[in-house]
Amino acid sequence: MSSTLSIEPISSRQALRMARRAEFNRFVSRFRRNRLGMAGLAILILLVFCAIFAPLLSTHDPYLPDLAKRLSAPGAEFWLGADELGRDIYTRILYGSRLTLMIVLQVVVTAAPVGLVVGAISGTYGGIVDKIFMRITDVFLAVPKLLLALAFVAALGPGIFNAVLAITLTAWPPYARMARAEALVVRNADYVNAARLAGASQAYLIVRHIMPMCLSSVIVRMTLDMAGVILIAAGLGFIGLGAQPPLPEWGAMISTGRKFIFDQWWVATMPGIAIFLVCLGFNLLGDAMRDLLDPHLRQRG
Amino acid sequence: MILRLLTYSRHAGAWAATVAITLFGLAVLTFVIGRVVPIDPVLAIVGDKASPDVYQRVFIELGRDKPLYVQFATYVSGLLHGDFGQSFVTSRPVLSDLLDFFPATLELSTIGLLIGMVLGIPAGVAAAYWHEKWPDHLVRLIALVGYSVPVFWLGLVGLFFLYFKLDWVSGPGQLDVFYQGIVENRTGSILIDSALAGEWEVFWNAMSHIILPALLLGYYSLAYIGRMTRSMMLDQLNREYVLTARLKGASEFEVVVGHALRNAAIPLVTIVALSYGSLLEGSVLVETIFSWPGIGNYLASSLFRADMNAVLGGTLVVGAVFVFLNMLSDALYGVLDPRAREHLS
Repeated sequence: MSSTLSIEPISSRQALRMARRAEFNRFVSRFRRNRLGMAGLAILILLVFCAIFAPLLSTHDPYLPDLAKRLSAPGAEFWLGADELGRDIYTRILYGSRLTLMIVLQVVVTAAPVGLVVGAISGTYGGIVDKIFMRITDVFLAVPKLLLALAFVAALGPGIFNAVLAITLTAWPPYARMARAEALVVRNADYVNAARLAGASQAYLIVRHIMPMCLSSVIVRMTLDMAGVILIAAGLGFIGLGAQPPLPEWGAMISTGRKFIFDQWWVATMPGIAIFLVCLGFNLLGDAMRDLLDPHLRQRG
Repeated sequence: MILRLLTYSRHAGAWAATVAITLFGLAVLTFVIGRVVPIDPVLAIVGDKASPDVYQRVFIELGRDKPLYVQFATYVSGLLHGDFGQSFVTSRPVLSDLLDFFPATLELSTIGLLIGMVLGIPAGVAAAYWHEKWPDHLVRLIALVGYSVPVFWLGLVGLFFLYFKLDWVSGPGQLDVFYQGIVENRTGSILIDSALAGEWEVFWNAMSHIILPALLLGYYSLAYIGRMTRSMMLDQLNREYVLTARLKGASEFEVVVGHALRNAAIPLVTIVALSYGSLLEGSVLVETIFSWPGIGNYLASSLFRADMNAVLGGTLVVGAVFVFLNMLSDALYGVLDPRAREHLS
């Protein structure tokens, strides 16, 4: 790390690294003061914790039926009650957190980058490329998300993989719009023009200079979107087109509990509370991040 | 004057072109989704025990032997003539199915929107006026919960408490069995039909059925409208003209409602239109829970039977309504806001 050969006290790379670390530390200390944001972060850390340590935290087998104890009320043996096959709801919610996390991660690693790339290219090139890309996003934005996801799943067939694919297909356009708006602002900035004059290719400009500038608004938007993604995934599961039984997906669990809502209310209500908490976590975190990272959005929040 | 009319008409032309391009894109999208279906529509008609001859005949009848662009042209020209194909399940044209189911959805989402507007706009104004005080915190809490809670779950919980435990409202469906078939169907909305016929008993029964799902949808639109009104009012109340009005001695009510809200009202039109569109989306899940005979329910049941014509037809119609609402709010923006008008000419 420390270069003994260098005569200068610090190289420009080191200076950059230090500046970034200082910026990050400033962000952390400001974030710590935002109590709601910290609460959201705590909920999400709990979610990750549950997903990783589900086998250790659980009290039963998530898939093994025990018909003698079907629909048991919440109590000492079944903390949150048992479902129609006598499976422990608490255990199934724990394992379900893995599915929720998987859906969220899938969308993060697919939809947001696709949108980012499309938007950055569109905004940088402008002209006919921009027109075509933006017309395509318009069409996707014109249909309600859930409905489009439903149509995709209907075509692809039910299942959790197809549900995630459908959500991804519907989730990328807002990121493209946002990245494009940012790209339009920075594409003629002095530093970009300087790099262009120095002979940088268009692709290099997009990847190294324009996309990084779009990143912070994309991250904020992604955090705020996650609740919507989880709700759509749960909605697909509830309708019966998402995760299929016996997978412990929360929306699908609510769907089976629907039949027992009047007499065994816990079967449907417990997974709903889990969905609510996780979405709340993402919304709280997203609001806090927007306030901190996106000054021009601050007033609109 | 003539010049202004001319710019209007030129703007209307550009507007119509945007609508047309978006609708065309929508048709491409539904066509592509229909194409990638792994379910063979020929098999769906002839069954898997049909001889190759029969299969081949239906294959050609459906136009599957033609190149894709010919199939697409046929598809679009069908759409333009109101032909959305036949539903495999009901064996009726998809369009007439949709027209039958649409009024119930319209009735439900309109009442939901009214609830959202009547409660959401004052709530947003109050939150902005008492910024960082309890009304503000309350509105933000309501919005936060609205953005976090699954609508189908809230519906079930609502049914459990308000219908099963307290018996304040009626259960799923539009009417009790006892009241069905009394009122002649004229407008498609049972509330309006029964009021027109003077059958008040039926009207109140229908009301007790619609109130819970409408409140549910209304809550979601309240969360959205309230949050947006709040942020737009916050923006307005910080402007200098508000200070000027106060200095001139205008009452607080005059300042907030007469000046700030008036200026916030223009973007609010867009918000309300968008929220109407999202209610159509929310109604898919709400209608499933409340067995409401609307488009959402029709779509959900078609999805299960892989009735692609019905699914895509429904998607197309809701998408088109969505596009029109968006474009209408854009157009209204131009009409209501003098600055946008100047900007155009």
